[in-house]
Amino acid sequence: MKPPSFGYHRPQTVAEALSVLARYGPDAKVLAGGQSLIPLLNMRLAAPKVLVDINRLGAELDRLDEDEQAVRVGALVRHARLARRTPSTSTTGTSMADAAEASIPPLLAEATRYVAHPTIRNRGTTVGSLVHADPAAELPAVLLLCGGSVELASVHGTRTVPAEQFFVGPLQSALAPGELAVAATFPRPPARSGSAFREVSRRAGDYALVGVALQVALDGDGQVASARAAYLSVGPTPVLVDLTDAVHGSTVDWEDAGRLAQSQVEPDDDIHASAAYRRHLVGVLTRRAGEVALARAREASGDA
Amino acid sequence: MTVAPVRPAESDAPAVAEPTVAPGPFGAPILRKEDRRLAAGEGRYLDDLGHEALAAAFLRSPHAHARIVDIDIDAALDVEGVVAIYTYEDLDGRVAEPLPLLIPHPALHAPRTAYPLAKDVVRHVGEPVAMVVATDRYTAEDAVSLIRVEWEPLPAVIGIDAAVAAEHAVHPDVPDNVAAHLVQEVGDAQAAIAAAPRSLTLDLHVERSASTPLEGKGVYARWDADDRSLRVYTSTQTSTSVRFALAAKLSLPVDRVEVVTPDVGGGFGVKIVHPWPEEVLVPWAAIRLRREVKWVEDRREHFISSAHERAQKHTVRVGFDDEGRILGLDVRFWHDNGAYTPYGIIVPIITSTQLLGPYKVGAYRVEFHSLYTNTVMVTPYRGAGRVHACFVMERVMDAVADHCGLDRAQVRLTNMIRPEEMPYDQGLIFQDGRPLIYDTGDFPRSLRAALDLVDWEGFAAVRAQAQAEGRRVGIGLATYVEGTGVGPYEGAYVRVETTGDVVVATGLTTQGQGHATVFAQIAAQELGVPVDRVTVTTGDTRRFKYGVGTFASRAAVMSGNAVALAARKVRAKALRIAAAALAADESELTIVDGVVSVRGFPDGPSIPLATVAVLANPLRYAFDEEAKRATQFAVPATDGPPVPEGEEPGLEATAWYSPVRSTFANGVHAAVVETDPETAEIRVLRYCVVHDCGTVINPMIVEGQVHGGVAQGVGGALYERIVYDESGQLVNASFMDFLMPYASEVPTVEIDHVTSPSPLNPLGVKGVGEAGVIPGHAVLAAAIEDAEGIRIDRMPISPAELFDLRRRLAAGEDIGLRRRSRGEGPS
Ligand SMILES: Cc1cc2nc3c(=O)[nH]c(=O)nc-3n(C[C@H](O)[C@H](O)[C@H](O)COP(=O)(O)OP(=O)(O)OC[C@H]3O[C@@H](n4cnc5c(N)ncnc54)[C@H](O)[C@@H]3O)c2cc1C
Repeated sequence: MKPPSFGYHRPQTVAEALSVLARYGPDAKVLAGGQSLIPLLNMRLAAPKVLVDINRLGAELDRLDEDEQAVRVGALVRHARLARRTPSTSTTGTSMADAAEASIPPLLAEATRYVAHPTIRNRGTTVGSLVHADPAAELPAVLLLCGGSVELASVHGTRTVPAEQFFVGPLQSALAPGELAVAATFPRPPARSGSAFREVSRRAGDYALVGVALQVALDGDGQVASARAAYLSVGPTPVLVDLTDAVHGSTVDWEDAGRLAQSQVEPDDDIHASAAYRRHLVGVLTRRAGEVALARAREASGDA
Repeated sequence: MTVAPVRPAESDAPAVAEPTVAPGPFGAPILRKEDRRLAAGEGRYLDDLGHEALAAAFLRSPHAHARIVDIDIDAALDVEGVVAIYTYEDLDGRVAEPLPLLIPHPALHAPRTAYPLAKDVVRHVGEPVAMVVATDRYTAEDAVSLIRVEWEPLPAVIGIDAAVAAEHAVHPDVPDNVAAHLVQEVGDAQAAIAAAPRSLTLDLHVERSASTPLEGKGVYARWDADDRSLRVYTSTQTSTSVRFALAAKLSLPVDRVEVVTPDVGGGFGVKIVHPWPEEVLVPWAAIRLRREVKWVEDRREHFISSAHERAQKHTVRVGFDDEGRILGLDVRFWHDNGAYTPYGIIVPIITSTQLLGPYKVGAYRVEFHSLYTNTVMVTPYRGAGRVHACFVMERVMDAVADHCGLDRAQVRLTNMIRPEEMPYDQGLIFQDGRPLIYDTGDFPRSLRAALDLVDWEGFAAVRAQAQAEGRRVGIGLATYVEGTGVGPYEGAYVRVETTGDVVVATGLTTQGQGHATVFAQIAAQELGVPVDRVTVTTGDTRRFKYGVGTFASRAAVMSGNAVALAARKVRAKALRIAAAALAADESELTIVDGVVSVRGFPDGPSIPLATVAVLANPLRYAFDEEAKRATQFAVPATDGPPVPEGEEPGLEATAWYSPVRSTFANGVHAAVVETDPETAEIRVLRYCVVHDCGTVINPMIVEGQVHGGVAQGVGGALYERIVYDESGQLVNASFMDFLMPYASEVPTVEIDHVTSPSPLNPLGVKGVGEAGVIPGHAVLAAAIEDAEGIRIDRMPISPAELFDLRRRLAAGEDIGLRRRSRGEGPS
């Protein structure tokens, strides 16, 4: 379990990083938190010729930028920083966190707390997790649900790839050789909305057997205007399902929403769970997340 | 955790020695002496040694079963930094022979062991094929990846069913794949079952798992060519036996071989196997190369090339009466021993003999087949066959209770051996070749203590409350009797230094048990010195040459008693010398805080043990101030020789403890689980343990052992398993997919003790190392079964599997408890 030999670059600026990446193209891999890449190297499942360590680029990449519309998470923001945000229902605990952290979308914070364990969250990055594109990972589903995007920079310029085009397959993202993901943008939820994240994992902190990020928006009358969910671990990439048909109007039936979601996922068997069990969990978690998201939406709309 | 006071057995318990109650460190919950060092990062494990050594790495078979047609090492030899590459062709002398069959047994009619490097055929994924020695491990692994092997794949035999079907053979000369077949019978079980008013048949299955110590194996060898001597550091559970094995394998005189065990990061049984291929090859290469060589096993290697355990299928027939009294028990089981049998058939022997637990079953027949498969070999893992045994017996108890509509605790009480029947002979031959005779124990008392601790009677209300909240809970019980402290022997050496410090050495090894503390407590108690003056060395053949090893919950019994006996010899000698020096009678002397004085006269004449130690070694030369006191003109001349006849110089002694047979500890676990009605997730709400390991040397360490065992038991029952695919690939060979529980999965353990000292040894102690893990499968299966009303006959169990059982029940399959049809099932 020792990696094969590799070259190592530790650029001091993003521009320098991009030129190194341009030089090596497909032979280079970016090293961010290393929580996924280092195990792959040690098991000799990946053997890049060159590692480009971006951990010295904190000035440019360890930043949270936010405005009314969205939060932009730089490539060196660790999971821990997003997870630190207190739950949406509480405003008392925010004094410790800086203003940007306090205004992280609740769903992003909630989902991040399901990512791995505290020690791993201290190193692993949100953007790294998106680029890594594990279909069992939490954050790709969140990005997909909220309609976010990833900014990819190269010596040729920067392009912004929307989430629905970013996740290409298991452990495959739209990142091209020579590109550095510099940030991901998570749009804020609409007014009068609520969200919830739920998952079932074998042990606390494990990748989920099934997980769901779900968001409900209400109309002016307090009725469900839309309900959408993104599922993880039920296919090669996160799966977005529009549940609105099942729950809109006055009779909200989350069981029905669960059945709708079940019809749109294609989970696989593995040694931890059968496809049938995963499909079953899709139904259960849809209802559980849906009820919570709806309650939060009502709370946010002031008619709890 | 609950630290309950140690309670002596009730007065109606069988007559046994009173537990040691003299004031002193023995029996006190003192902190572990080793923890400060380990917690401060000062532990020295195998990989902390030998930074300058060459590194070894192994090419391991990617096939479960294949013939080696050709091995091409040319490209690998070109890698800069490669020093040597060895294949089977290079091995010589006894190193080229198969590894030893450590524990032969008459029923093991077809034993097979591997060669250190595969010869012609590989029989499991992970079997070592070539060894690369290079300047560092990175280079060695690079070279390994360049070795080209031409394979001719052969059909693989994976799993018990395939082994029984025997369409293919693992070893061509064992066409039925049967390594061993053993029957033991007490009474006529089949007739008893046929005559019984009621009977049942159960199929019970335990899946493969592994002990996975956090530190894998490792070997570091130094050959001194001038001295022609070898020192080997190895992460083992038996340094003394590794020494003899290496001397034999490498054709060296035993006194030219030293084996030292550094700090060991867990063993759990897997490190009792020896010599491992690497344990032979690393020293062999060090001698050939005249260079230090080191190999440290990585996690993947540990999964695919060390040892596993647990996989067994059982078919049980039981005959019983309307009160649930068992009249006959007939158990047949099939044990998957993997590709080789170097450790013999200890695991199935233990299952077959420990299965009866605390019960009398009328007549008992047990028959097992131990089978070859193309998988990693099976050797004892903490619990060693008892986890399965307990699972089988306790499933039978629950099935009988369900069948008769009786309380599960009551059925157990009905079948238990009574304390007045002790010692109780089960009529079987145990793993040490000796009769299986329970020495002491009050099983009904242990059970009642567990029922109290978990509030068995009050659970109906807990269940009703949970049901009202839409939650599903269940409770389970499991009892066990564990043979501990098997022979043949251990020894110990105790010396009082001229500083008054005491050094203790024993041959067996330590992997976290706290030996440095408990052996110190024993020596300190016997010698009348403070515990912190005592230093203990284990697993170092330079300090103690003879010993057996640390396994079978034997260290406290075997080395503990040897330490006590050696310390008693030292004490007697100290009193003889002190009596002469103080002109007193030995019988009047006592030792308190390291000072010998006349009992009852603490302020009277006295002499420190340090001085006694000086006087114990008559000197010609004074090398320091203390030594002066022992020189020939300082000591008053007597008529006799300076070293009296029958005495030896030095305040030191060696003693041995060798028991006639094992002692038997017992216990009862009770667990409460909650199963999510929707997701089928399983949560352990309460885990209660009543444990009886005889006299307790250190209750804190006993509880620590129980806690660790329970963690492993819960892991084994709900999370961990080894999964092979049909082609023999181990598909979860990492901690990402082999789900060792985190702290978040391990329940709080509530403990109560019962104490039935053993009459078989001076200290009255029994073993505790494995106890916590034994009932894990059984008690959690029982609790889940109770929560669900669905029979649980296979462990471990995952939420996905529980979900599947629910669906099968809903589809009308006959897997529900009978109590459902009586209307007592969960809603
Ligand atoms: C025990 C354990 C449990 C875990 N559990 C979970 C879990 O439950 N859920 C979960 O989502 N994750 C889990 N992870 C993974 C963790 O979240 C990782 O941190 C994350 O997947 C990758 O982030 P990283 O910064 O460590 O990336 P790295 O490991 O450094 O890189 C991962 C991949 O992304 C690429 N990459 C990273 N950053 C960039 C960038 N800015 N531009 C271009 N390419 C980039 C790398 O080249 C590499 O291919 C777990 C990890 C461990 C070790």
